[in-house]
Amino acid sequence: MSTSHVLSEPVIRPQSKRFSLDGLQKWLPKLVLAPTMLITIVCIYGYMAWTTLISFSNSSFLPSYKLVGFKQYIKLLDNDRWLVSSTNLLIFGLLFIAICLVLGIFLAILLDQQIQQEGAIRTIFLYPMAISFIVTGTAWKWILNPGLGLEKMLNDWGWSSFQFDWLVDPQMSIYTLVIAAVWQSSGFVMALFLAGLRGIDPAIVKAAQIDGASKPTIYRRIVLPCLRPVFFSAIIVLSHIAIKSFDLVTALTSGGPGYSSDLPALFMYSHAFTRGQMGLGAASAMMMLAGVLAILVPYLYSELRGQRHD
Amino acid sequence: MKRKTLTSVISAVALATSAGLAHAADKGEVEVLHWWTSGGEAKSAAVLKEMLEKQGYGWKDFAVAGGGGESAMTVLKTRAVSGNPPAAAQIKGHDIQEWADLGFLTTLDGTASAEKWEQVLPKVVSSVMKYDDKYVAVPVNVHRVNWLWANPAVFEKAGAKIPTTWDEFIVAADKIKAAGLIPLAHGGQAWQDATVFEAIALETMGAELYMKAFKMHDPDALGSVKMVETFEKFRTLKQYIDKDSPGRDWNIATNMVIEGKAGMQIMGDWAKGEFAAAGKKPGVDYICAPAPGTAGMFTFNIDSFAFFNLKDANDAAAQQALAKTILSPKFQEVFNLNKGSIPVRLDQDMSAFDQCALDSMATFKAANTSGKLVPSWSHGLATTSQIQGAIYDVVTNYFNDDKVSATETVDKLVRAVKSAM
Repeated sequence: MSTSHVLSEPVIRPQSKRFSLDGLQKWLPKLVLAPTMLITIVCIYGYMAWTTLISFSNSSFLPSYKLVGFKQYIKLLDNDRWLVSSTNLLIFGLLFIAICLVLGIFLAILLDQQIQQEGAIRTIFLYPMAISFIVTGTAWKWILNPGLGLEKMLNDWGWSSFQFDWLVDPQMSIYTLVIAAVWQSSGFVMALFLAGLRGIDPAIVKAAQIDGASKPTIYRRIVLPCLRPVFFSAIIVLSHIAIKSFDLVTALTSGGPGYSSDLPALFMYSHAFTRGQMGLGAASAMMMLAGVLAILVPYLYSELRGQRHD
Repeated sequence: MKRKTLTSVISAVALATSAGLAHAADKGEVEVLHWWTSGGEAKSAAVLKEMLEKQGYGWKDFAVAGGGGESAMTVLKTRAVSGNPPAAAQIKGHDIQEWADLGFLTTLDGTASAEKWEQVLPKVVSSVMKYDDKYVAVPVNVHRVNWLWANPAVFEKAGAKIPTTWDEFIVAADKIKAAGLIPLAHGGQAWQDATVFEAIALETMGAELYMKAFKMHDPDALGSVKMVETFEKFRTLKQYIDKDSPGRDWNIATNMVIEGKAGMQIMGDWAKGEFAAAGKKPGVDYICAPAPGTAGMFTFNIDSFAFFNLKDANDAAAQQALAKTILSPKFQEVFNLNKGSIPVRLDQDMSAFDQCALDSMATFKAANTSGKLVPSWSHGLATTSQIQGAIYDVVTNYFNDDKVSATETVDKLVRAVKSAM
């Protein structure tokens, strides 16, 4: 802020003109931002408030404003399918984030060893991110289908005892979602960490090497602690992907077999838009929002506090 | 002279156009929301358009793709709430009552009495189309849901015969399994689980108890011993289904029967379209029989159009003409030949239809008088989409989770229906 003022000071202009230009300069960013701001307030916070209102109403297949208190939330917590989808989100979210992080960091460290063809390899790992989750889901649906994909292929090759039927097993179907999602997103985590690794001052690493630290020790004690902000952004992005996950589950399992691999986003869609239970759908949307806030608020808090300390 | 001719030509053209315009405005226009966007269905929509235009009315197509009509319903809600609904929209079963209850629908009683709908429509069908004893919708067809489709070649190979009762079904299925083929082609999607469950429920519970449970939602009927029995029978089916079934689409399952990989499929008569498209002949290449134990009974699924309140009087007139045309014998014939279903009129000439449709029609009429004509809940004819969804969840969860018992599930069913009401 202060530097820009210093830079604009030496320019000498007639007093009146300078005043109007200054005024414009002061107001221009606000003017330009105003429409975006307005749209954001209405389309994000406005609709959020509206969804909150709907979640307390008895809306069926069109919105109604007859308030019924916490009835929809009680119904929701009593709903077996909601419990299954929340538990699934927990399993899916934790595994997805953990595996993506471990794989992403591992790949990034390997790629950071000054190898040949790094650009090409990086692109190959990153590329799945460019594909829509719908495509990922459909492709993995074929690969994991016991009668079509992996199992059949290995059986045909002579390994007749090989069995891999998670996709059609209600106990395991949720883990197939983890496989497909990890396949798609770990490359992206790798790219984040690679950028982080490149940002570390080589002098520190050199110093540690001179002190006689081994490579694993350097990574464990020096490099990874330096990447704390990258960890944060990766976790935030991944948990968003997990919570809003809809297209992947729609394409891969459609929540099945039964509703064993249902996720809250799918639950919300089917109740609000196809089953005529808008109130219940809104209540589930609020629960999802609460989930996002539970992650976002501590993050924002730590970020803002960090700035103050600087 | 030349000039005169030109002006006369111009004025003639002007007259003609204004006459044309006046004509069109006179007769009005209908906008029709439907999701007949694939093959035979799109053909049927074109026939309806043509028949209306012959009468001088305009037709504005409002087709929204997406099989089950989910996206179409979302569009319809927006249009209706903003005060600009189409003349007619493809709305089914209990949803008609909900739309009428919110005051969106117009009455068709004038046309209904002029066309004697009361005489030609079965009472069970017309009651779905009425709100407050007034017609607000018209049916376009009747689907029978409790069908068993079978491949006679598979049966011959296994030395089995087409089952007419539940016990015979088990015997036949065991023989087909022993012959190394899949007895029952099935797609593990909630609505397909429900379709099969519904056929077993009708066989086990009978029409009366079925109605009490699935239409009246009587807790005693829902929690009855017969319901427990239905669930138990439903689970025994699992051993006759291949393990790749989860998520499979119904037409792929039908294809397994067509190709002789599987022996049977329990599915509504829209499956006939798949057999026809594969060039198969009824009675020779495939057999249509009532689902085991449900001979003489008929679970119906009706596609229908609900009619909205319009502001323009001419368009409203066109709307009434549309209602009349949909129920005309000619459209009923053309449409249902394309769709695989049967006409909804009791006095329809059936000479153009195949044996399956004739059987279906005969059962339809007989069941109508014997009280064994029941609405299909799995296709949204018996109940609201909330309750339908709640039953779907219970049924599909039971079918996929081997750990829950039938008695537990029946308790769950009673609670789920109660909380969805």
